[in-house]
Amino acid sequence: MNLEEAVASFALDVGADDPVTITGLATRGGPVAGCRTVRAPSGVDWVQPTEMTVGCGAGTPVADLDRALAEHGQCVALPDRGTVGGALAVGQSGVRRLAWGPVRDTVLQMRYVSAAGEVVKAGGPTVKNVSGFDLCRLLVGSRGTLGFLAEVILRTRPRPVHEQWYSSQRDPWALLGELYRPTSVLWDGSTSWVLLDGHPDDIAEQATDAALATVDAPPELPPHRWSLPPAELTNLRDEPPGTFVAEIGVGIVHHTRSAPNSPPAPETIDLHRRIRAQFDPAGRLNPGLDVFAGA
Amino acid sequence: MSVDVATGNHVATASGHTPMVERLRSVLRPDQVRDGAAEVNLYRRDASNMEGHAAVVCFAESTDDVRSIVAVANEFNVPFVARGSGTGLAGGAVPMGGAIVISTSKMNRILSVDAVNRQAWVEPGVLNLDLSNQIEHLGVHFAPDPSSQQTCSIGGNVANNSGGPHCLADGVTSAHVHAVEVVLPDGSVVVLGGEAPEPPGYDLRGAFVGSEGMLGVATKVCVKLMQNPPGIATMLLDFADVAEGAQLVSDIIADGIVPAAVEMMDQLCLQAVEAFIHAGLPVDQAAALLIEVVGLPAGVDSQVERIRELAAQRHVGTVRVAADDAERALLWKGRKSAFGAIARIKPNYYLHDTVVPRHKLPEVLEQVYEIAARHELLVLNVFHAGDGNLHPLLVYDAREPGVVERVHAAGDEIVRVSVAAGGVLSGEHGIGLEKRDLMPLMFSAVDLAAQADLRRAFDPLMLSNPDKVLPSPAGCGDIHSVPEGAWV
Repeated sequence: MNLEEAVASFALDVGADDPVTITGLATRGGPVAGCRTVRAPSGVDWVQPTEMTVGCGAGTPVADLDRALAEHGQCVALPDRGTVGGALAVGQSGVRRLAWGPVRDTVLQMRYVSAAGEVVKAGGPTVKNVSGFDLCRLLVGSRGTLGFLAEVILRTRPRPVHEQWYSSQRDPWALLGELYRPTSVLWDGSTSWVLLDGHPDDIAEQATDAALATVDAPPELPPHRWSLPPAELTNLRDEPPGTFVAEIGVGIVHHTRSAPNSPPAPETIDLHRRIRAQFDPAGRLNPGLDVFAGA
Repeated sequence: MSVDVATGNHVATASGHTPMVERLRSVLRPDQVRDGAAEVNLYRRDASNMEGHAAVVCFAESTDDVRSIVAVANEFNVPFVARGSGTGLAGGAVPMGGAIVISTSKMNRILSVDAVNRQAWVEPGVLNLDLSNQIEHLGVHFAPDPSSQQTCSIGGNVANNSGGPHCLADGVTSAHVHAVEVVLPDGSVVVLGGEAPEPPGYDLRGAFVGSEGMLGVATKVCVKLMQNPPGIATMLLDFADVAEGAQLVSDIIADGIVPAAVEMMDQLCLQAVEAFIHAGLPVDQAAALLIEVVGLPAGVDSQVERIRELAAQRHVGTVRVAADDAERALLWKGRKSAFGAIARIKPNYYLHDTVVPRHKLPEVLEQVYEIAARHELLVLNVFHAGDGNLHPLLVYDAREPGVVERVHAAGDEIVRVSVAAGGVLSGEHGIGLEKRDLMPLMFSAVDLAAQADLRRAFDPLMLSNPDKVLPSPAGCGDIHSVPEGAWV
């Protein structure tokens, strides 16, 4: 079965009537309990290295996609676990976000199955496109409440040729200011970690100038995920040591405690409700899922 | 005497204003509300060649002003359209159906700058280049740099998801907007997105950017700032064969190099620009590539060297590397003043904007020349080659009988060959009125219905910049229809 046929078959699986949920490798919480489960098509359809684009089924494991792209010296800015569809549906970035950007910016085109069981195309296949409303970004992070991703075209990036983690006891904001486009700056309240990539001579010179020490790997990340304005990360100075690792310049905090509750404004909640009602009037896609709750 | 846009009747009030204008004058200061024929006529069009009809122009100075205007629009059931600098090329800011024009040009303050975490809050009327100039001393800039950056506004950039030469490596406006404060079409105020990287819920910020003013009015924008690069190399490479130059673009990308910018100018363009700015451009060659690589010194040097090697394999003529900032500025001036320079050839031009896959550039360029020749038109090409974003510029003299029709016919064919080559309708100018009825070339009725669903969720009464982007279902098959009330 080619991908085109698999997408058509997937649309039939989703159907148009009963409550339905979707799962990939269940690394991000798995399906909604108590209703029928479907799976998106899987497999890398094509790689176009000169376009820096790749087409694949949403059910493709990120690891498989990464292997296919590695042959061409390229990669995608998705966290390296679960499926492509899962990574996009949840929309959480990896620790290279400071330089690689959010996962939403990797998507050029998608085809999803709507609540009416129809295949809908959003976006376009080229790296630049402003034709019509940006439904791709609306769908990324929507957790399968507006449509189930079937197939995507993603933007790739050159695989880093030289990459090195460093640590330092210096202030992470000083490092953020001094270093030129670091890939990641992490901080646990006392130690800073920095990931640099580029020409080896440039990396070495930056490391020397900033007094960085080579390390093998970044720190272990605590399980909970907070999202804060990057300027507010300075408040973490009061947190007990060892309870968090913060992504400086980004605002993601990996924490041992779950994220504090910050309810959205009523107008925002109302707008979400109206959008969900337009896209899924019967509430059959991932029924009951609260898009404001943490993953 | 004036026209009541709700009823179409001429209404004479004691003051000479319509009841709606009277209402606007009461919720704003009267001098913020202009309904004189001469002034209103100035707002019939943007930088495209389409025009509509505005009932009144309001100069908003704050979020509250915008909210008040939108409330009046709701009260009188009259559409409204936000307008920045009016530099849009697709008719996105052309007022339809006697709309209220909400000018954001007086909302032009930079509200806050955090150079450490590289975020800034600005009002929508801030001009693109003014922002980068005013924060240059902090070592940061706003990356999207449309050719109109001296005059276009950040609000307009948000509405159109604008690009520019330096979006090749860093992405278009959507990648540089963290949050937008928006007055929704019902008059409520929300912040979409946020300073935090993963706000809960849907990415409504992403849905709003590029929505061409149809989901509400942006009143504040939180933008991402980028570090200024420590090293820059700007190269000008010329070719006897356009296709060789176009192929080099793919070669560079395939080699793992993503330059900050890769721009192409063809011979007619080089000649027009050279006559204008005298930069020593290679006017005898078929095309030139302007390539910029940025970063730390060893990386920049190795990329320049590698680009020279790849270019040699494509039979490059001269490789000129800007020796200093002055020469770099001159080369960029050549690129960015192209649209002014062509006035020396013909008085009018029609600028197109399509994207094709990079590897199709040689083939599609060939077709563009063929189409122009067949319609007996001159075409200049000056475009963002790095991301396959074509900008064929058809130059003409509108006084020649029948030429406007030929320009439109040629433009239509250019759009069609681009989409047929696996491309898209617009790379950075947007759909607006210009390409609204071409949307079915890219999208099925089901695809378009999903976009309309988003619109309905934001704007059930369809008051915010109606009649743009989405073809009316009845008109889907009618590719050439001109929107009612618009004059092309």
